[in-house]
Amino acid sequence: MAVEFEPKIVGFLCNWCSYAGADMAGTSRLCYPSNIRIIRVPCSGRVDPLIIIKSFQRGADGVLIAGCHPGDCHYTEGNYYARRRFAMLAPFLEYTGIERERFRVEWVSAAEGKRFSNVVTSFTDQIAKLGPRQARIGKEELV
Amino acid sequence: MARIGVFLCYCGTNIGGVVNIPRVAEAAKAMPEVVFVQDNKYTCSEPGQLEIRNAIVDNSLDRVVIGCCSPRMHEKTYRKAVESAGLNPYLLEIANLREHCSWVHGDDKERATSKAIELVKMAVAKVSRHESLFPKEVPVTKRALVIGGGVAGIQAALDIANSGYEVVLVEKQPTIGGRMSQLDKTFPTLDCSACILTPKMVDVAQHPNIRLITCAQVSKIKGFVGNFEIDILRRAKKVDETICTGCGVCMTKCLVRTPSEFDLGMRDRSAIYIPFPQAIPLKAVIDTEHCGHFQYLKARQEGKDVPDCNICQQTCPAEAVRYEEEDEIITERFGAIVVATGFKTFDHSAYGEFGSGRYPDVISSLQLERLMSASGPTSGEILRPSDKTHPKTVVFVSCVGSRDDNKGRSYCSKICCMYMAKQSIMLKEHDPDVQSYIFYIDIRAGGKDFDEFAQRAQDEYGVLYLRGRISKIVQDGKKLIVYGEDSLLGHPVQIPADMVVLATGVEPNDGAPELAQILNVSYDTHNFFVEAHPKLRPVETQTDGIFLAGCAVGPRDIPESVAHGSAAAVKVTALFSRDTLTTDPMVSTIDQMRCVGCLACAEVCPFNAIEPQVLRDGRVVASVNESLCKGCGLCVATCRSGCANLKGFTLQQLLAEVNSLWR
Repeated sequence: MAVEFEPKIVGFLCNWCSYAGADMAGTSRLCYPSNIRIIRVPCSGRVDPLIIIKSFQRGADGVLIAGCHPGDCHYTEGNYYARRRFAMLAPFLEYTGIERERFRVEWVSAAEGKRFSNVVTSFTDQIAKLGPRQARIGKEELV
Repeated sequence: MARIGVFLCYCGTNIGGVVNIPRVAEAAKAMPEVVFVQDNKYTCSEPGQLEIRNAIVDNSLDRVVIGCCSPRMHEKTYRKAVESAGLNPYLLEIANLREHCSWVHGDDKERATSKAIELVKMAVAKVSRHESLFPKEVPVTKRALVIGGGVAGIQAALDIANSGYEVVLVEKQPTIGGRMSQLDKTFPTLDCSACILTPKMVDVAQHPNIRLITCAQVSKIKGFVGNFEIDILRRAKKVDETICTGCGVCMTKCLVRTPSEFDLGMRDRSAIYIPFPQAIPLKAVIDTEHCGHFQYLKARQEGKDVPDCNICQQTCPAEAVRYEEEDEIITERFGAIVVATGFKTFDHSAYGEFGSGRYPDVISSLQLERLMSASGPTSGEILRPSDKTHPKTVVFVSCVGSRDDNKGRSYCSKICCMYMAKQSIMLKEHDPDVQSYIFYIDIRAGGKDFDEFAQRAQDEYGVLYLRGRISKIVQDGKKLIVYGEDSLLGHPVQIPADMVVLATGVEPNDGAPELAQILNVSYDTHNFFVEAHPKLRPVETQTDGIFLAGCAVGPRDIPESVAHGSAAAVKVTALFSRDTLTTDPMVSTIDQMRCVGCLACAEVCPFNAIEPQVLRDGRVVASVNESLCKGCGLCVATCRSGCANLKGFTLQQLLAEVNSLWR
């Protein structure tokens, strides 16, 4: 019998909006698939493309970045830089053989627990449909 | 080799009921560098914290991981516990096993447990790369800014000022007083609203520690808790405040008539005006949009010929009118900010079927409030707008812009049930022949003496409560036919009414989201400000030093707004009771040996915290001003040579978290 595919998703959540939004999902008991592993960062603008590439290199099936809605960044403009940076990163990921659908940037506010739950659910479904990641980047050695 | 201690909290059954803690503990024991594992029913309790402390001392732990609720909840608590054991408080990492695991994966305990193990593993990997961090001390500017001069803002300003600190109260309108000043009576005591509010307004004006700036709003903010630098945009009043005596001669001479905002269009005002007789400050302002002189100036620019008007300038006995006055920006330093921007009522024209806007006798509850007020357009005589006759049958419609998802207002406005009861009682008091009907969904009368009050409206004043919504209102001659349903009797009803009052709901004031963006605080989908914690930190925001009061946070009544204002004031005075504040040590660092001096980091820094520094060998490198840096990490992701790093969220720490997932 084939083992059902359990995707592993890494989520980088900004502390002020999306991490709080994920907390709100918890407080409201809004269930979502357990495949996501959340890493807290101060701002979506802190997320270095290198960390995303490394996550894929290590074996992540999907990477989610979530930050404050444009205009609402706790640091005024961090998410604008994030938005541009990741718009540049997406085609590069494709170039390295990682489907663009495996990488998603979302805006989730501190009050949007429901939205966070929906985002994670839909992203997990999307990754599950894509199946395990085929392409390998470089040597998958420990850092 | 680090010596890491892992503490796992059951949180009663909140975590333990879903996650198999003993299994997580077993797995944690096998993790690298972990030398001690312990579980506890409630880690955040006094004995729980003591156990952490003892374990650190007894086992010579130098790093701590706690698997419990969100770090946004108890990170500070545990930092103190760790510090009490003599360890640097920043050698702590929290694995969020509750909000991010047990509470959202209650449907699958097996998976929740394996996720919990990985969350602990990530925290262990990260904490082993933690370093001791040391906060800095910065001085506190002991001056407070209160934004909004409604009853919540007034209360906050008075309480802070009475504690001996300077306050600047900024109000967007020409007068303070807010919504409460528009009300006639208050529920459930039927106190005269103006009689209890105006003494407070006068106190504000006369208080030696309060400076009032009206017609003003915050336009820019710099700095951080204890040291905010704020730009206040003061719109030109075109009248010299220091000279104007508030005599009102100009208002009688002015030739322009335009609907009064204060009376919600029920009466006209002049272009130079004082909003209402008890306004504070009692000074005239010119509405340049309607003023004849400014229309003349505008027309002249467009090459048109319009007669000039400067009658107010000519007739002002104090010679206070200044047409040439310009908007100004006042920059001041503050240590704390209270946001009390209040509410406005829902615009009922969204309900076309109620004929609002088309039928003059369909009015909003706040308009009725003005009709009832002795200082209102009819001097307190209740006359319906269309033909100025006394209405005998009045229908109230509840939840207009509340509890209606179709209009994007899913929440209950909380005050409407009570003010409908109040207004129906007052109508009967004004005119014993009035019969009121109230269409309601539920009667929400939670509060001291509230339910008794609503009951009194029915028992003593003969108000008829009909449970159900209305479908439409149709004008039939002089009557308004209200088509509704009595859902308790289960059949439709029609009521020919003389006047219909729509109980419009509460929504945040205009400009609330824009202000939230300026201040960098969160607001929700309805544009209400978001508290740091809905239960335990109801007046704080996620941004230190910025506090909330009143209806800016959500619908509330007058006593709650007053209490909220006082609560915010206490938070401010607690902050001011100290001479210095400790800053967050999680700031950026630059490895100057590797820095190539491109200064891309300085370009992206939102706080101008990075400056070029010339080293002794002439090399230009970036340097971080730690008291300005807020630790967003933008520079770190931007740095091309990888020499910028963020303490507490270093590249090595984040990579360790990622790597631990596949180890």
